[in-house]
Amino acid sequence: MLQIINMYVNGRREELAVDIRESLLETLREKLNLTSVKKGCGVGECGACTVLVDGVAVDACLYLTMWADGKHILTTEGLKTPTGELNPIQQAFVDEAAVQCGFCTPGLIMTAVELMGKGRRYTREELRKEIAGHLCRCTGYENILNALEKVLGYPKEKEG
Amino acid sequence: MESVGKSMKRVDARGKVTGEARYANDLKPKNCLTAKVVHATIANGRVLSIDTSEAEKVPGVVKIVTCFDVPDIEFPTAGHPWSVEPAHQDIADRKLLNERVRLYGDDIAAIVGTDNVACERAERLLKISYEEYDPIVTVDQALAPGATPLHPNLRKDNVLLHTSFRSGELTYEEAKEKAAEEYGADQLLEHSAVYQTARIAHCHIESATSWAYVDTNGKVTVTSSTQIPHIMRRVISQALGWPVGKIRVIKPYIGGGFGNKQDVLYEPLNAFLTIACGGRPVELEISREECMASTRTRHAVRGEVKALFTRDGKLLARTMDEYSNGGAYASHGHAITASIATIFKDLYHDEYGCRSDATTVYTSSATAGAMRAYGVPQAVFIADCLADDICQAGGFDPLKFRMDNCVGAGFSASNGITYYSYSMKECMRRGAEAIGWEEKRKAYAGQTGSVRHGVGMSIFMYKVGVHPISLETSSARMILNQDGSMQVELSATEIGQGADTVFTQMASEITGITPDRVYIISTQDTDLAPFDTGAYASRQTFVTGKAVKKCGIEFRKKILDYASYMLDRPAEELMIWQNQICEKLPEDESAKIDPAAAWADFPDVDFKPFELKDLPNGEDSILRDTGNIEGKPGKVLLDMKDLAQTAFYSLSRSEHITAEVTSHCKENSFASGCSFVDLTVDMPLGKVKINRIINVHDSGRLINPQLAQAQVHGGMAMGIGYALSEELLYDAKGRPLNDNLLDFKIPTSMDIPDLETIFLELDDPMGPFGNKALGEPPVISVAPAIRNAILNATGVAMNELPMTPQRLVEAFREKGLI
Repeated sequence: MLQIINMYVNGRREELAVDIRESLLETLREKLNLTSVKKGCGVGECGACTVLVDGVAVDACLYLTMWADGKHILTTEGLKTPTGELNPIQQAFVDEAAVQCGFCTPGLIMTAVELMGKGRRYTREELRKEIAGHLCRCTGYENILNALEKVLGYPKEKEG
Repeated sequence: MESVGKSMKRVDARGKVTGEARYANDLKPKNCLTAKVVHATIANGRVLSIDTSEAEKVPGVVKIVTCFDVPDIEFPTAGHPWSVEPAHQDIADRKLLNERVRLYGDDIAAIVGTDNVACERAERLLKISYEEYDPIVTVDQALAPGATPLHPNLRKDNVLLHTSFRSGELTYEEAKEKAAEEYGADQLLEHSAVYQTARIAHCHIESATSWAYVDTNGKVTVTSSTQIPHIMRRVISQALGWPVGKIRVIKPYIGGGFGNKQDVLYEPLNAFLTIACGGRPVELEISREECMASTRTRHAVRGEVKALFTRDGKLLARTMDEYSNGGAYASHGHAITASIATIFKDLYHDEYGCRSDATTVYTSSATAGAMRAYGVPQAVFIADCLADDICQAGGFDPLKFRMDNCVGAGFSASNGITYYSYSMKECMRRGAEAIGWEEKRKAYAGQTGSVRHGVGMSIFMYKVGVHPISLETSSARMILNQDGSMQVELSATEIGQGADTVFTQMASEITGITPDRVYIISTQDTDLAPFDTGAYASRQTFVTGKAVKKCGIEFRKKILDYASYMLDRPAEELMIWQNQICEKLPEDESAKIDPAAAWADFPDVDFKPFELKDLPNGEDSILRDTGNIEGKPGKVLLDMKDLAQTAFYSLSRSEHITAEVTSHCKENSFASGCSFVDLTVDMPLGKVKINRIINVHDSGRLINPQLAQAQVHGGMAMGIGYALSEELLYDAKGRPLNDNLLDFKIPTSMDIPDLETIFLELDDPMGPFGNKALGEPPVISVAPAIRNAILNATGVAMNELPMTPQRLVEAFREKGLI
């Protein structure tokens, strides 16, 4: 059964007819062509489909689109500035070689953006906990943590 | 070097952090039909009938095909270069859908519909009847007398293949007699043990996925997440019985492969389904559960070993009888099992020799295939558990034992693969120094209490590419654009490892065109991209790198010939330097790189580089070419842009400057390295905390140090999972128990400590830029190093992977430690 919902996706209002059983992952990928939202497992195990709903990171595969009525959704496509500059987290992922196959990357970046929204700083150990819901098979998390620390960590004391 | 050796940022990084990089499923058209594979619910038997009549009535169902509808063609799936000799061809033992069920979850039917709900509803309405045989899930069950042969047409029993490898002339018993004469029987010690590795899943985060349609020209066109587009094209052709030219495979960015996508998975079925639906686009994305249980796995291997050594730590002889669980279908056949036996034999030098027997066994369980480092993690786990157990038995220091007995400089394997550059011992020295080996071994001696510390190590060797076991060939194409920039087109694939970036650096190095103007075509389309066999065997920077170099030399020559025409000066007086045609001045003698001087950084290295011998077809001159380093840039004469414009549009001499070459690789070398681990074991909890882990690698010259380090990090994490938590489990009926990412424990960020890396950059004369294998090696020595550190901490030899808390607690209890 289809129902009409309204949600704001990457700042734009979308009015959509959705199947009441549809996940937000399916709606974003299939109806809105927002393919940064990756499907790794479909059951909330891997974190690849993470998006922000009203600023909170959720697995889009576990979130019914019906629940998003009236809410603001942010995906990785919504991070670049209108003139194409990268968000600081995206730039840190580039600089720290935190990207390999790239499939877990958009989800991890969205969790990092959620953390940025909290306006505080994190230790490396805290960051490990914050991203534990994201599986990555390429990087061993080392450079991902380096990238996150660069933007969200405490300022490094200058050597010497 | 201008570009090679620099930590250039990945060419695909921006596309991947913005989510704009497109993967197979992102590219499917809007009207795509969806397919679902129907899996058998028995582990061994035969499908007698499938009644589809009710299922076909489900609204949205377009087509149902069963094992009774597919071509009667058995085909191979391994991502190997095809052999023209029938005896060496991969085993063809499966059909698109199988009437004979050989594992729980075997593919017996497929449903195509307008959406997944329709397909799943239809699946529930299928009426399937089976004839059922006893499941033969384990190696012992499959080898037991009277076990049903899974492939009676190919093998009378379930032994896929048995081979025997040996070094030295003597048998183990003869060696023992001779050693007794030579050293005295009282000077000899023996150790025997059985080691068991686990079956694991690759767990690339993108599942195996493809979509296919028949194009207007009649070609079946498959877009797939694969490491091997050209091989896939050949396999689809074999599976359908269609000519190769009517198949087209497109490989966009892929979300990890690790060897699973070095096999052809569901793509031939996908091709068949689109044909069955009149060429309409059909997607076939399997679920995570299907991906773990129904694609490929790492072989679980049992090694029954014996070793003879002297009281002062000299290794005299070893034997291994190795049994490898190959699962239901051959996939890579015996190749991986044989690789385990070979590396077990070669990693150490036995004075009287070594025998290793390898048996691959068909069982009714998930098919085993390639996974990162192709059997060598199993080989090294067995060889290096044994090495430390020998040390434990004889009271030797594991570092000294390895220094005294490991494979030596200049080693050449029986098939000709040679350590052209060798620094195994220097790797060990650097790792030992970094972890503080001597101090820690002393500090950790004689511990009591329930929480103990340990330090352990393991070493590895890894050959580059597949020559001479298979063909090593690669081709490359370079094309000049009107602005003086260039395209590079290859069929070597970017699978996350950074291939596109290092090939960009190589092309820039040789042509003198800066990396920002080198556009590598990341997507492989078999209708367009020149032939290469793809990403596996840590071969691409070595084999394809050589093709890029050869192509670059030819491309550079064509540009300089045109420059010579424009400038009316001999080409020999010109060079390309940062997108400019310059005068070429003789190189300063002082700036010339003396290969011997480079080795002076390694005073302890036990071996000096080989003289590069003459190789056929001028291969040696390709290897010797150092790009623009040969000369020094002088006066700027012409911008590449002006040259290109003229070449395109000159009324007197228009020429599209391109180059295309094939490179055939007939020499390869070994990479080597080691892992060192310091850890704490909480015995009552069975909990292992890794305090420090260091990987040392000799992969020759690094093309991109930052990406090389990242590659090592990933391998180390995979090794930690292999050591401590990963195992695909089955029940007695052959049903998978943990085929999902919740119950199959790959490491999260909480399970991995900070990862330390050390590189020894020794130029290898056979590498196009002095480089050797790096992609797979980082995973190899991690698990045995962890195991040996647990042995050092507790005195308990864990002989089975993974070393889970349950297994550790059980072992500590058995020894009366808790």
